[in-house]
Amino acid sequence: MFGKLTWDAIPFDEPIPLVTSLVVILAVVGTGIWVWRKGWWPALWHGYITSTDHKKIGIMYIVLALLMLVRGFADAIMMRAQQSLAIGASQGYLPPDHYNQIFSAHGTIMIFFVAMPFVIGFMNFAVPLQLGVRDVAFPTMNNVSFWLTASGALLVNLSLFIGEFARTGWLAFPPLSEKEFSPGVGVDYYLVALQISGVGTLLTGVNFVTTILKTRAPGMSYLRMPVFCWTSLASNLLIIAAFPVLTVTLALLMLDRYLGFHFFTNDGGGNSMLYMNLIWVWGHPEVYILVLPAFGIFSEVAATFSGKPLFGYRSMVFATLAICIISFCVWLHHFFTMGAGANVNAIFGIASMIIGIPTGVKIYNWLFTMYGGRVRFNVPMYYLIGFMLTFVLGGLTGVLLAIPAVDFLVHNSLFLVAHFHHVIIGGVVFAIMAGYTYWFPKAFGFTLDERLGKAIFWCWFIGFHLAFMPLYVLGFWGATRRMQHIPDASWAPWLNVAFFGAAIIGLGIALTVVQLLYSIKTRDQRRDVTGDPWDGRTLEWLTLSPPPHYNFAVLPDVHGEEAYWTRKQTAIKEDRLIDEPNYQPIEMPIDTPTGVICALFASICGFAVIWHIWWLAILGLIGAFAIFVWYAWQDEHEHIIPVDEVRENARERRRIRMEHLHSLSQST
Amino acid sequence: MTASEAPAIGLTHVGSEDTGLGHRGPESKSIVVPYGFWLFVLSDMVLFSALFATYASLAHATDGGPTSNQLFDRNLVAIETMALLLSSFTCGLAMIVAKRGNMKWTLGWLLVTGLLGFVFLFIELYEFASMIGEGAGPQRSAFLSAFFTLVGCHGAHVTVGLLWIGTMMAQIWSKGFREHIMRRLLCLSVFWHALDIIWVAIFTIVYLIGTLP
Repeated sequence: MFGKLTWDAIPFDEPIPLVTSLVVILAVVGTGIWVWRKGWWPALWHGYITSTDHKKIGIMYIVLALLMLVRGFADAIMMRAQQSLAIGASQGYLPPDHYNQIFSAHGTIMIFFVAMPFVIGFMNFAVPLQLGVRDVAFPTMNNVSFWLTASGALLVNLSLFIGEFARTGWLAFPPLSEKEFSPGVGVDYYLVALQISGVGTLLTGVNFVTTILKTRAPGMSYLRMPVFCWTSLASNLLIIAAFPVLTVTLALLMLDRYLGFHFFTNDGGGNSMLYMNLIWVWGHPEVYILVLPAFGIFSEVAATFSGKPLFGYRSMVFATLAICIISFCVWLHHFFTMGAGANVNAIFGIASMIIGIPTGVKIYNWLFTMYGGRVRFNVPMYYLIGFMLTFVLGGLTGVLLAIPAVDFLVHNSLFLVAHFHHVIIGGVVFAIMAGYTYWFPKAFGFTLDERLGKAIFWCWFIGFHLAFMPLYVLGFWGATRRMQHIPDASWAPWLNVAFFGAAIIGLGIALTVVQLLYSIKTRDQRRDVTGDPWDGRTLEWLTLSPPPHYNFAVLPDVHGEEAYWTRKQTAIKEDRLIDEPNYQPIEMPIDTPTGVICALFASICGFAVIWHIWWLAILGLIGAFAIFVWYAWQDEHEHIIPVDEVRENARERRRIRMEHLHSLSQST
Repeated sequence: MTASEAPAIGLTHVGSEDTGLGHRGPESKSIVVPYGFWLFVLSDMVLFSALFATYASLAHATDGGPTSNQLFDRNLVAIETMALLLSSFTCGLAMIVAKRGNMKWTLGWLLVTGLLGFVFLFIELYEFASMIGEGAGPQRSAFLSAFFTLVGCHGAHVTVGLLWIGTMMAQIWSKGFREHIMRRLLCLSVFWHALDIIWVAIFTIVYLIGTLP
């Protein structure tokens, strides 16, 4: 009846996961009751859960990412603690079995459920606003995408309480991940969770490429799009081209595990190196799916806080697309040690180094944007400068690793671990924190506290260097990654420094929570009344903070590269706004519970597949299809916002803008 | 996004001066929806190309078991192929009569399309069953794993297509030729033709090359 699921699946004998999951369950239930007591459920249900508003969906992605960041960081600090304790005679506090699950969960969660939701969240929030339109191309599908991602995150976290997680590392390499060597449900949790969230990501890719290519404000030609839109376009093109490969790879491993196929097994003619090739054909573009939007965020930050147009806009676009294409020609550098031969390795090594060129172009562009500008040192600017210092070094160690001969020495060592944390924290995480600070006032109408923001930056910056620079050293000395026990006592000081660095990062994450709560508490002193708190240059700063559901009462007419800046300067010069346009009623998509119900069935189906409860899996599939048909049978997918309401809101905005304009022209 | 819609299905533009590059403002839904669906079909092509690559790299990993030459029957596959190609033709006919708003013939041609798809699927399942009966199931060797997965994935797509055709027929019958239903019909036909293209590749790479002497 319940497949492999028995009471043994609950870890009664392991206090760490048991207590953690009980605390998490209590926290979730407690929050639910608290929200219910406050009477916020209807607002939550209509305002967020069922919302098709791209801004709300973006916020939900970022909330998910922040929650998962805490989970992923908890794993990280546990690993660092174990490696600081388990030296020489001591075995530390984590048995190998548990330690292996922790590093697998850390990698999986940080990439799929922290970095991805953050990046997709920012794209959701900012891209339609920057393009000057009212929503993405497929608003309902957008909601479905989010909930499928959340469903994947749910399953990964469920594995803490029911059963176990994979012990195979974040990419579940066979033959270790085959049934023979990993008979438990851990790898199945991994596979199913990623399949479900992968579908969500693919739909996001389709949605955003269509949005950027087909729905832009009048006059917004390709070379007038903000760079963040360009990098989002490149990133989503990569999603469309790469995520199906991930789906196939994981599906083949599932067939091996569930039905005894022989793709990657040791016997039957299977070939485990095929898995390496397939997973990295997805895996390397995935790096750029994350880092390209990060570059986009920094481009916006550089131009805004330097008070100058971005230096070399066209070269930035060109570099973005070059990276987009070359990122598909380097996957083999993840396994030079496979033994493909000197020529193959050389080609992939050179291709990997070539990717450094367009990236270097970008670094120079940001530097020259700052050069001669009136640089304002707000929090996002701290992250930009910190990023440039950190990322260049991380890129250099990447070029080192791209030399096959060097790679053979440091392959699978802590040197590699240090390298990819260097570029992911220094590149993606810093950009995420910059974007979070930059767009927060647009989303909620008040800014985040600057002093705490700078403290958080220093925690990340110092913490990162303390945590990972020692790993380079250890890697050079031959320390391999994923060690549950450290045999050489002379490594202890370096590992302790690394633990200390991780603790400082932890302080930064804690301060992020404090900053959020403090900023909410003091929000009346930090209101963004004008909708343009940073003296911005792109269209999202044209509308109010937070923007109305429909973003713009009339789609802005775009002239020139910096749509909003041009408009603002004209208004300041002429000391008047553009003539009041003729307002029309606006058609907007209605809310729908399709996404959340669909994801519920997907979660049920996924859980059933993990535990071999086949009747429940079929029930889940039927349910998902039924909700699909139910949605398809609805006649009304849009509602009309009456012209009076539009006009009233727009006039209020014009009044605020007029006041702002006068204060600007008085100050200059 | 815009309220105005193109009058019929197909890729007709609202304004004649529209370049289709979208810098005159957001495109109408009759452009946006098929465009997005095309992108999805592209991603599906990527999915199949990963399966093709897998098949190509495992085609000779027979582990001492049967090889493609011993297993495939060209005649059976020829009938299968004819059924699927013909179904694409009838799908096209269904689109033409749908454009003219002819309910009876639209449903009729869609039914024929579905039946031909069913014939295809039946022959495929027969082939699978007889191979498994001969001890040449997917668990036998990496080659057979790759074969069953590649061809089976196409078959699964056809199954989904059949489910879609059925749902679509019910929807047309109960709601008539509304704009959003016509858009869905267009997407369905794009999907169905794409399955044809993938089948042509399977036919060539798996069956024709696999039965070369």
